[in-house]
Amino acid sequence: MSIVEDARQLAQGAMQGAMAKAVALAPDSWVPGGKPDPLIARQHGHVGKPVSRLDGPLKVSGTARFAAEFSFDNMVYGALVYSTIAKGRIVEIDTGEAEAAPGVVTVMTHRNAPRLNPPPVFLSNPKAAGGDTLPVMQDDRIHWNGEPVAVVLAQTQEQADHAASLIRVRYAEETALLGFEEAKARGTRQGLFMGPPLHNEIGEAEAALAAAPVKVDATYRTPRHNHNAIELHAVTVAWQGETLRVHDASQLVAHTAWSMAQIFGIDAAQVVITSPFVGGGFGGKCMWQHHILAAAAAKVAGRPVRLVLSREGVYRIVGGRSLTEQRVALGASPDGKLKALIHTGTTAKTADNVMPEPFIMPTRSAYAAETMLLDVQTVELDMLANTFMRAPGEAVGTFALESAIDELAEALAIDPIELRMRNDPEKDPISGLPFSSHNLAEAYRAGAERFGWGARAARPGAVRDGEWLVGMGCATGTYPYYRMPGGAARITLRSDGHATIDIAAHEMGMGTATAQTQVAADRLGLELDAITFNYGDSTLPGVVLAGGSQQTASIGASVIAAHHALVKELLKTAGNDSPLAGLEPDQVASRDGGLCKLDDPARYESYASILRRAQRDTICVEASPPQPLETMHWSMHSHCAMFCEVRVNAVTGEPRVSRFLGSFDCGRILNPKTASSQFRGGIIMGLGLALMEETLFDERNGRIMNPSLADYHVPVHMDVPDIDVIWTDIADPHTPMGAHGIGEIGITGTGAAIANAIYNATGKRVRDLPITLDKLL
Amino acid sequence: MTPFGYSRAQDVADAVRRGGEAGTMYLGGGTNLVDLMRETIERPTMLVDVTGLSRDITETPDGGLRIGAAARNTALAEDRRVRTRYPVLTRAIVAGASAQIRNMATVGGNLLQRTRCGYFYDDDGSRCNKRAPGQGCDAIEGFNRNHAILGASSACVAVHPSDMCVALAALDAVVHLESSAGPRVLRFTDFHRLPGDHPQIETMLQPGELITAIELPPLPFARRSTYRKVRDRSSYAFALVSVAAAIEIENGRVGAVRIALGGVAHKPWRASKAEAALRGQPANAASFAAAAEAELADARPLKDNGFKIALAKRAIVAVLETLA
Repeated sequence: MSIVEDARQLAQGAMQGAMAKAVALAPDSWVPGGKPDPLIARQHGHVGKPVSRLDGPLKVSGTARFAAEFSFDNMVYGALVYSTIAKGRIVEIDTGEAEAAPGVVTVMTHRNAPRLNPPPVFLSNPKAAGGDTLPVMQDDRIHWNGEPVAVVLAQTQEQADHAASLIRVRYAEETALLGFEEAKARGTRQGLFMGPPLHNEIGEAEAALAAAPVKVDATYRTPRHNHNAIELHAVTVAWQGETLRVHDASQLVAHTAWSMAQIFGIDAAQVVITSPFVGGGFGGKCMWQHHILAAAAAKVAGRPVRLVLSREGVYRIVGGRSLTEQRVALGASPDGKLKALIHTGTTAKTADNVMPEPFIMPTRSAYAAETMLLDVQTVELDMLANTFMRAPGEAVGTFALESAIDELAEALAIDPIELRMRNDPEKDPISGLPFSSHNLAEAYRAGAERFGWGARAARPGAVRDGEWLVGMGCATGTYPYYRMPGGAARITLRSDGHATIDIAAHEMGMGTATAQTQVAADRLGLELDAITFNYGDSTLPGVVLAGGSQQTASIGASVIAAHHALVKELLKTAGNDSPLAGLEPDQVASRDGGLCKLDDPARYESYASILRRAQRDTICVEASPPQPLETMHWSMHSHCAMFCEVRVNAVTGEPRVSRFLGSFDCGRILNPKTASSQFRGGIIMGLGLALMEETLFDERNGRIMNPSLADYHVPVHMDVPDIDVIWTDIADPHTPMGAHGIGEIGITGTGAAIANAIYNATGKRVRDLPITLDKLL
Repeated sequence: MTPFGYSRAQDVADAVRRGGEAGTMYLGGGTNLVDLMRETIERPTMLVDVTGLSRDITETPDGGLRIGAAARNTALAEDRRVRTRYPVLTRAIVAGASAQIRNMATVGGNLLQRTRCGYFYDDDGSRCNKRAPGQGCDAIEGFNRNHAILGASSACVAVHPSDMCVALAALDAVVHLESSAGPRVLRFTDFHRLPGDHPQIETMLQPGELITAIELPPLPFARRSTYRKVRDRSSYAFALVSVAAAIEIENGRVGAVRIALGGVAHKPWRASKAEAALRGQPANAASFAAAAEAELADARPLKDNGFKIALAKRAIVAVLETLA
């Protein structure tokens, strides 16, 4: 081979390399006929690499500052006093002893609290962040057992806690409605979720069920659950002139800023919420009374306030998941085809919130049943407002649905995976829309093979190892793809080729900042260390909720929009002397810290060069993505196939999970390392849901009786086996990066997989969670 | 937490002199007392830290062991003599709490743990005859899955939370006490009380009296002993039912036997009826089952804890079968 030929091949190789690295502009919307995000085809960039968390060193060295670690000069510490009745009035509140206690600065009650507007409840406005609409410490009325009745501010936390214990409250108690059965007997109401009713019908499901040759029909119950993020809810607040400054632990900074402004009757720009690190959110780190009480008390005292809830405080004033009672009835022909799918039931909420646990959500797109009846009814109790908790709806809905499928599989004597595959829908059964991406069969195939599903004994109770009965179960999990309106991002490109992305998004430990840095680096053709990703600050662009597993798509689409604006601005700035002269945005691509012509990567100029020639230090652009129309055109969902092996002690009934595998179909995985953590964390939380989590709500007085991590059980290390996670990594062509958010999918299907494994081990079908040993004796 | 003073006892005499003052409590590892103070259930005005007093584990002339009350739970569990002569005690200790808590907790303090009943802990919102004698008990009609099936009263259905104490009850331990009136000794099984009409009085300790040591008698057959704890999760959970047992089998028949139960009563429950039913009987499943039946014959379930009766029987039989 000649030197010339070598050189030519080298040049060709270099050119092919450049072509492979060049990333064209992504589409700015996802509608039929559109092109997928070019990042999907980029196989050797930063996306898809197991990059370690960029904030890892800060966290392990204790230098990442959380909400309760910020301080202000002259700051005081707050403690709350909670009501001990569920409904009634405060007749007398004796604060004298507390006010006289050492270090006490202020005691705030309804008598001296500033006048405040009621919180804007979720969905009443795109920026509303309130868990309910109840006025906060504005009158003598009590609405739930645990409602704050006083705030004590003192020089130290210990002084505040002590003084809070000295406050004496006398109540005139009124009859509260606390019993679920009693409330149901009085009548239920149609549940509404984000507006429309939680109700769907296809054909005559009850008649089809009655006529079906094989059927199962059972009631499943799931208890209340409480949020137990490791970081306690906390705010550190100060009024700086007319500006309210809040260091928060938040999964919705922009929403909270706007909502606080409404409550205090000030301009939204006068509230600044920052939240650089959050020690777990799960739907619980939204706006609750502690935000409002801390800011109000700071106003009364004229001093900055830090208010950290005790663990008990989190149980008293931060909502959790409500209880559900679900009927699932399935009718099938002998070959397993579903003739009828009925999933109905009741959940409890309050009169002042908008959150019926939407347990039929996973059922809507799950199976190709000929007829369907789905319905959620609600009762309203005098309790703390329930709220979002990891996969609201799906986490408990899949427990009922997927347990019932397992029951039907046994009634039909068909393998449970095979039964699911026979009813795997080709299009969305309710909306009729095509799926944007639906590879559940592949997830099952890969999962079953890796887990060793073939070794499962179909007959329950057939496998024993000493005292232990061993069983295997599986279940499908699912969670929707969402992208909420309101995204926006700013890109600031410096003349040294460094780019800063600003967006009011959130890092609650999921790895968002790391994964989105990878995405931005590939999108802009930069190295990771040339990207700064700023988030967690309400003054940044965007109204982005870190909820509904939608943040990944929301940030992704926002950065795409800003990238468009940036390229346009760069081409304008580049001028006629640039190799890029005359090119339009759709003719160029980003690579190697600059732009090139898409089909001729040699026509290239670096960002630095463009800015230098134009004598610009920075180029700054901001843009918003179009409305999320993709969900109007496709039925968009993530799926997983969950596999579990349990051991149940034949003597004591103790159930222990010995093996677990989650096989996921969630679009393209942006970072396998952080994604694995998300999947595993969800599965562990699902393990708790299945076997131990239960809020003890005393229906006699509405009091939560286990408000501590000693009494409210979540899994300990010894309860958690090795958890294997795999994924299809099949990109969804209709989403930014081909990705789906993955924060919630892991908890779905897990409860049923465990319950089904327990049935396989013991022959005992437990339909009410948690599956504690007494139910297996 | 109510403000309090703190001092360290120089020796037993110093501790006892100061411990007699009103409002004073002894402080061991603080793993329970400090929690109770945070919840304002205990409101001492002065703590006398006794962790500097004897923590030695020494041989007694008759071949038993004397354990200084300030010995940490971990140290006791890890002691080689304990592990070989009284394995039930090591197993009971390591079944309790977490490694961190066991590293802090003292042996004397372990005896004085108070019940984990949720209504007892709810200082503001619930009624409890332990906290406020005569007030009533919200647990009897409330959540009582974890509560007593043996020896409860109409005033209190709480259970004692300790694992270690269940083993000590089985091992015929004795408790050494010291007060201004001088030293005295109590059988371990007499140290804790049943609730009766006065559930606020949980032990036979007199005001100001200090636990100075626990003594284990020589019990050769306790080399064959074990502890089994049944709980809702694998670690860091209180026993629903636990069984401590030691058994001597001669020619296929039960000789000496010691059984105690945890999680079933207001005190560590020495299963005397089961022991009596077993002595001299063939060491087989039928005898074990009959003994378990005898012990649980008087059990009375509450609303949520009926399963404990069957569970306790099964656990007793399984433990005895393991040892036989």
